[in-house]
Amino acid sequence: MEFSAPVLNYTLLSPMLILLGGALIGVLVEAFVSKALRPITQLSVTLGSLVLALVQVWKIRNEQSTGAAMGSVVIDGPAVLLQASILIISIISVFLIADTEQFTALAASLPGSEEERHALQTGNQVTEVYPLTLFAVAGMLLFPVSNDLITLFVALEMLSLPLYLMAGLSRRRRLASQESALKYFLLGAFSSAFFLFGAAFLYGYSASITFAGIRDAVVGSGGNDVFLLIGIAFLSVGLLFKVGAVPFHAWSPDVYQGAPTPVTAFMAAATKVAAFGAMLRIYYTSFANAQWSWTPMLTIIAIITMVFGSLVAIAQRDVKRMLAYSSIAHAGFLLTGVIALNKAGLEASIFYLFAYGITTVGGFAIVTLVRDSAGEVTDLNRWKGLGKRSPWVATAFAGFLLSFAGIPLTSGFIGKFSIFSAAYESGAKSVVIAGVLSSAIAAFFYIRVIVLMFFTDPVEDGTSVVIPSSLTSVTVIFSMIVTIALGVFPAPVLNFISTLATFIR
Amino acid sequence: MTTSNSLVYLIALPLLGAIILILAGRRADKWGHILGTLMSASSFVVGLYQLSQMLGRSNQARPVTQKLFEWISVGTFKVDAALLLDQLSICFVLLITGVGTLIHIYSISYMSHDHDRRRFFAYLNLFIAAMLLLVLGNSYLNLYVGWEGVGLASYLLIGFWNQKPAYATASKKAFVMNRIGDMGLSFAIMIAFASVGTVSFEGIKEHVHHTSTGALTAIGIMLLVAATGKSAQFPLQAWLGDAMAGPTPVSALIHAATMVTAGVYLITRSSFIFDAAPTAQLLVVIVGAITLLFGALIGTAKDDIKKALAASTMSQIGYMILGAGLGPVGYAFAIMHLLTHGFFKAGMFLGAGSVMHGMNDEVNMRKYGALRKFMPITFATFGLGYLAILGVPPFAGFYSKDMIIETAFNSGGTKGIILGSVTLLGAGITAFYMTRVMILTFTGKSRWDEEVHPHESPLLMWLPMAVLAIGSVSSGFLLSRGDALVNWLAPLFEEHGEHSELLKPIVVSGLALMMVAIGVAIAFLKYSRQEVASVAPEDVSVFTKIARQDLMQDRFNEAVFMRPGQHLTQVLVKTDEAVIDGAVRGVGQMAMGSGALLRGVQSGFVRSYAALILVGAVLLIAAIWVVTN
Repeated sequence: MEFSAPVLNYTLLSPMLILLGGALIGVLVEAFVSKALRPITQLSVTLGSLVLALVQVWKIRNEQSTGAAMGSVVIDGPAVLLQASILIISIISVFLIADTEQFTALAASLPGSEEERHALQTGNQVTEVYPLTLFAVAGMLLFPVSNDLITLFVALEMLSLPLYLMAGLSRRRRLASQESALKYFLLGAFSSAFFLFGAAFLYGYSASITFAGIRDAVVGSGGNDVFLLIGIAFLSVGLLFKVGAVPFHAWSPDVYQGAPTPVTAFMAAATKVAAFGAMLRIYYTSFANAQWSWTPMLTIIAIITMVFGSLVAIAQRDVKRMLAYSSIAHAGFLLTGVIALNKAGLEASIFYLFAYGITTVGGFAIVTLVRDSAGEVTDLNRWKGLGKRSPWVATAFAGFLLSFAGIPLTSGFIGKFSIFSAAYESGAKSVVIAGVLSSAIAAFFYIRVIVLMFFTDPVEDGTSVVIPSSLTSVTVIFSMIVTIALGVFPAPVLNFISTLATFIR
Repeated sequence: MTTSNSLVYLIALPLLGAIILILAGRRADKWGHILGTLMSASSFVVGLYQLSQMLGRSNQARPVTQKLFEWISVGTFKVDAALLLDQLSICFVLLITGVGTLIHIYSISYMSHDHDRRRFFAYLNLFIAAMLLLVLGNSYLNLYVGWEGVGLASYLLIGFWNQKPAYATASKKAFVMNRIGDMGLSFAIMIAFASVGTVSFEGIKEHVHHTSTGALTAIGIMLLVAATGKSAQFPLQAWLGDAMAGPTPVSALIHAATMVTAGVYLITRSSFIFDAAPTAQLLVVIVGAITLLFGALIGTAKDDIKKALAASTMSQIGYMILGAGLGPVGYAFAIMHLLTHGFFKAGMFLGAGSVMHGMNDEVNMRKYGALRKFMPITFATFGLGYLAILGVPPFAGFYSKDMIIETAFNSGGTKGIILGSVTLLGAGITAFYMTRVMILTFTGKSRWDEEVHPHESPLLMWLPMAVLAIGSVSSGFLLSRGDALVNWLAPLFEEHGEHSELLKPIVVSGLALMMVAIGVAIAFLKYSRQEVASVAPEDVSVFTKIARQDLMQDRFNEAVFMRPGQHLTQVLVKTDEAVIDGAVRGVGQMAMGSGALLRGVQSGFVRSYAALILVGAVLLIAAIWVVTN
């Protein structure tokens, strides 16, 4: 019997392999390096792996291959763009994660227990968050380049499991943090079940697990349509859960609030890129010819998501919950890019994801800076007058908020404009109208925070802005520069995306 | 089209000023105001240079463009960041930088006691830059950037004295109203892009003949919504009065001469759209007519000198909007009234600031009186502005306002008679409330408090007022001599055929002057003959009460915009947090029995969330089911 060795094509897989390698080294570092050197070693290993992976992604930017890992992984222009976005966002998020103040000293201990206190007093800070981050990033890189349903599912779990843990690592308010982690895990598992169920139906429909096979079946319309439709619907539940679209959004405000803020930043930005990347690929390639069946469904979801997210955000009193609802609204805006189903829609979505991700990390970086003696202050009422006490920090936050709101000269405006015009070109007018209306609503609560920071008198309650560490400053400044630069001179980036953004099948 | 490399300096100079002043911080306290003024003045000089170049070219070759860089390119859609200076924008450039510079000079003295004066000048420069971008952008998208920019600068400036408690609501109201307007502009851009495929003025103008009237009407209406927000026109007018909380030079610059006229610019600039969309054009006229009466009526009941002037601004911009809505015959007159109004209203606002300066920041006119003797220069300059706004020949308003009244009468049929009567009536009411302001402030007996010692303002303050007063006297004559402005702007607008002449110009002028005389006479009888109470009387007619409350506009807004919005959000939040959670939580609690401790942590939320996911999945299936069957 012939037995041929599998062809893996390691060059194309190298970004993910580098991260997995780095993560394994991280586990070893955690076990063997002395506690004084551990944080700096972990940080170097993590950043080193991420940068190396980014370099590797850059090297393969012109590759076009569906053959990596025996056809399980596809590398093309959008893949490269999405992976690069995820890596850049991860790098600046790791700068925030480096602030060990945010993380519990000993995650395995019970909240409030003697062990926990002991670990804190002796400075025995564990740093498992770094390898967890690398595992998650590796999963995120795999998610949008998966070329069959099994790989897609593996990638989904690979990125999710570390995130569940990371959400529970907060040093302060540990109970809430652990509660949110458990919620995230349970609901994630629940939605994964839907995802698998959908995958099974799709297999039943097409007798294939590869995206190309499903596409062929859709084009030839050979199978049982009911299977296809149930398959699409259930697979969408899993994906829509990850991006936080209504009505699959309920976890996100709780988890955003409970998780340590650096993790929230990472999760909010990078997961969105990965999940939308995967969604774009499967809808643009496999399901493209079944457009008639899913466009109305996604249109409704998109409209509900953006309107709901924008309206409920107005009522929030907590800055992290507000950003969570804003991220829900943004998921709705991004869905218009999926609905557009044209090249302009793909380009716009990729641009939007990158721009939004960077701005989000910057925004959460600011949240980590506003503290009192008990840690971060997320109650918006206590952000009053921040502009008077710390004008630069408040100005930076205002800049990020304006970008979320889509005000011209910020990256958010270009993103919204291009994604809406792509959707309009494809004829999805209702969703565009809802989008413009809800961005108008959304602007209210962003500006409300700006008014709060600059035009109300400060309250004297010990809230203050800590002097940012140099790493946090790098994140904030980098995010600010990107946010403005992509608003004023987006053309080079848009052109670069345009030359690469074509899915190969 | 001719290109030029120097257009960008118009915007770059004040922008540079703003950046330097913001970055330099306290270090710039000593010289910040001088730098700010110089930057604005040099921008004015560049504007003059551009005008001289333009005059040297033939009529068709006058517009110049400058491409800065490629801004957006998505798929087939490309937008350049580019500037366009033509016969229309040069008018605005000179008004913005000219009046702007005068107000910079005035502010040096007016704000001299404010320890944040440098920041004030930074914002002023920022405003000038944004406003110039608004009038120089060559596409709706570039205009939109400037549009949002002036919004930002004006919030910063209205809120400059944020220790004033009234500020927060004022700024919020200005923001909300403007947000609705801005939304209109973004919708207009979207529709233009969808139906025409481009957003540049030039591009849309070329394609206007093969675009459906429906689309053009939609664009026109959305542009009108934008204009009503920015220019404080009905029904989005309520914010202007409250915006007077800001320092007076701001009111003069932003809320009289420049920003609030952006709506008029927008409509005139979009003449090719409105000419092809008669329904939208008619709406423009209606909005203008309503606002000009609305503003004038509010003006009659205001005791706060700045609010009275603000109401007057609203009303005068109503005239301009009405003029712009009358089509090709009206555009030039709208712009002419805009320019003359820029002079006389800015002058009067500065005059009001001068009065406040001498009166310990008192704004209630019932506490003024007899200031003529103490502030002769302010009285003289304010008085010239007063004669100009009344339309007394040969002052500026006579030329510009009469033209609009005349054009309104001649617009044909019943419409012409109604519009003409409205504008005439407006002129009469204007005469009444402006005379009231004059009498209460400058004549009669003094009604001020013991500790107030009125005095004339220093040179740096009265000099700009004097220059503006010269403009109030002469600008109308200069602009209309030999139809100078009309001919200058003519190449931009479509040719218009002969129009009917209902009334001869001399008759219109006569009627207008008669109305003015009646208005002045009533005001004299009411305020000059009898004592003016220093506290506003309570036993007034229902109409006065309504007018004092800005014709109920706040109540209207609350009922129409605010309450439904609040209810909707509250309901949604409740649904999210109570109904869905609660329903499922109830079930969960029954199942869990009395696990009070557990519930404290878990409280059944996960179940409710999971149930929500389940419901969502079922709905997805249902949605697909509906579509496929």
